[in-house]
Amino acid sequence: MNISSNLSSYRQMHIYYIRRLFKTSLLVLVLSLFNLQLINASELDYKLVAEPVGKGTYVFIGSTKYFSKKNGGNIANAAYVVTNSGVIVIDTGSSYQYGKQMRKYIESTTGLSIIKVFNTHHHPDHFLGNQAFKDVSIASLQGIVNAIDSQGEALNTNLYALVGDWMKETVAYSPTEVVTPGKITIGGHDIEIIALDGHTDSDMAIYDHTTGVLFAGDLIFHDRTPAVANANIQNWLNSIRQLQELDYTYLIAGHGPVTTDQHAMIQTHDYLSWLHETLQSALDKGLDISEALELELPKRFQALDILHEEYKRGVLQLYPSMEQAYFE
Amino acid sequence: MANSTLLKKHSMIKQIMSLKTGIKFILSLWLLTMAHLTYSQPLVDPLDSPSWNLVHKLILSNETVIFDDRVKVVVPDMAEDPMNVPVSVNVDGIGEIEEIRLFADLNPIKEILNFHPGKIEPFIAFRFKVQNSTPVRAAARTKDGVWHVGGSWLDATGGGCTAPSLGRALDNWVDTLGDVKSRLWSRADRPDRLRFRIMHPMDTGLAPGIPEFYIETLELKDKHGELIAHIESYQPVSENPFFSVDLDSKLFQGIVLSGRDNNGNLINQVLQ
Repeated sequence: MNISSNLSSYRQMHIYYIRRLFKTSLLVLVLSLFNLQLINASELDYKLVAEPVGKGTYVFIGSTKYFSKKNGGNIANAAYVVTNSGVIVIDTGSSYQYGKQMRKYIESTTGLSIIKVFNTHHHPDHFLGNQAFKDVSIASLQGIVNAIDSQGEALNTNLYALVGDWMKETVAYSPTEVVTPGKITIGGHDIEIIALDGHTDSDMAIYDHTTGVLFAGDLIFHDRTPAVANANIQNWLNSIRQLQELDYTYLIAGHGPVTTDQHAMIQTHDYLSWLHETLQSALDKGLDISEALELELPKRFQALDILHEEYKRGVLQLYPSMEQAYFE
Repeated sequence: MANSTLLKKHSMIKQIMSLKTGIKFILSLWLLTMAHLTYSQPLVDPLDSPSWNLVHKLILSNETVIFDDRVKVVVPDMAEDPMNVPVSVNVDGIGEIEEIRLFADLNPIKEILNFHPGKIEPFIAFRFKVQNSTPVRAAARTKDGVWHVGGSWLDATGGGCTAPSLGRALDNWVDTLGDVKSRLWSRADRPDRLRFRIMHPMDTGLAPGIPEFYIETLELKDKHGELIAHIESYQPVSENPFFSVDLDSKLFQGIVLSGRDNNGNLINQVLQ
């Protein structure tokens, strides 16, 4: 009697626990599906919000870090100018997704359509969103168009490896219009196209005389260590000196916050000239590249984000060709 | 009565005996364990590589190894250019080094270079090709035959070993094959620095349709032909290799670099 009642209570307990287990696992399953959906939806959202620069100009400020799966390649600044007849876009971000999200944001906040897109240079964080603007004229200098034609797809492939899913469906889409240096009028704005070089073989700065905003592209980095993968430092320093002559009210750098003074220009110039002198003197002393990588960096550059990482990348990119020249 | 005392005595002796053997047994067991712990404890690879046992066997013939921080291997965290990854090895404070072997556990060709420092410093720096993320190690052999191993992980997205050399794209690489450029820096506070570059495609044989073609031996000799140091290099050493070594230049008047690639082409150059 006692035993059988015990048994039946065991059985009941068993059934109770199995039911509870079943319910919890169902709940967990539902929650995880819900979660999955949430993650999926948020995973590819750059959460772009533009900040105003004076009147009628806006900028999407990117991260000052390096490409990662976390930031989805959103490490550069893309900007737009609202004119009477439509919107001018300067740089399109790092992926098709970025381009689409940027376009949606611009069109929904301004209620205007996009009349012109510019690419400041051929680096992937600045032009891979072009695909979202296929129905608009995408303009750039001949040298930049050539560079995108020849290297765009390789840069795109490389970015797939660095940031993953964010890149899905992205292909390199070249500019459709070649512009020449000088003044043009778009939507009532006097836009000056300035052809420079040094960050790459062909860099374009844009100066809007109507608003006084200077779009420097990657010729200027602000509080972020300059990237020198395709740099010619002497030419770059010359380009910065040319930009310093302009009487701008706002400066939009390729990376980092907007400024109104010369601070960011001086900072970029200072780092680049230091880098060049340091590597040249390392060569003069007979240092191997692995020793150049380990050199101490001056305290004054601490304001530059990812200093050590980008310095090392810079040494790896610049030292071998400097060595070749030195030994010829 | 007498019988029982005898019995007692006997059992006491037996007990003592068994106690003695027991202690002996335990002692010997303890000794054995200690010996085991000291001599045959499995080495714990500080880099936690899946291939440590394999490279220990393939490259160091399972000879005695110590993981040693005094063997300093410097590689960047990330191979920015997988065809040109800088590496330097410096061995300091272990005594005389007979040979340094450089290898990468997970590279398709694991051997990179063997350096016999001879009469110069146990330091060498150059660049090499990497296919994927891998530990990069140096094993330095002291006179007692023990390999002192140091190293670090290198992160790479890959492709350095299966790509053709860049020179292959130019049609004039044959004209400069084996050409050497060099320079010596006299330094007051530390050993002098010798850097030399040799023009050579250093093809791995892993790029489709391009057989392996690489420098196998390099020797530094003084003007009397006496050996100063020598290198055995393998396919992963970068194209147009650039070497840095340290030495006391006062000891040698005129250094000659000679070498040979796997096709029998000779290298011969007086270094300055």
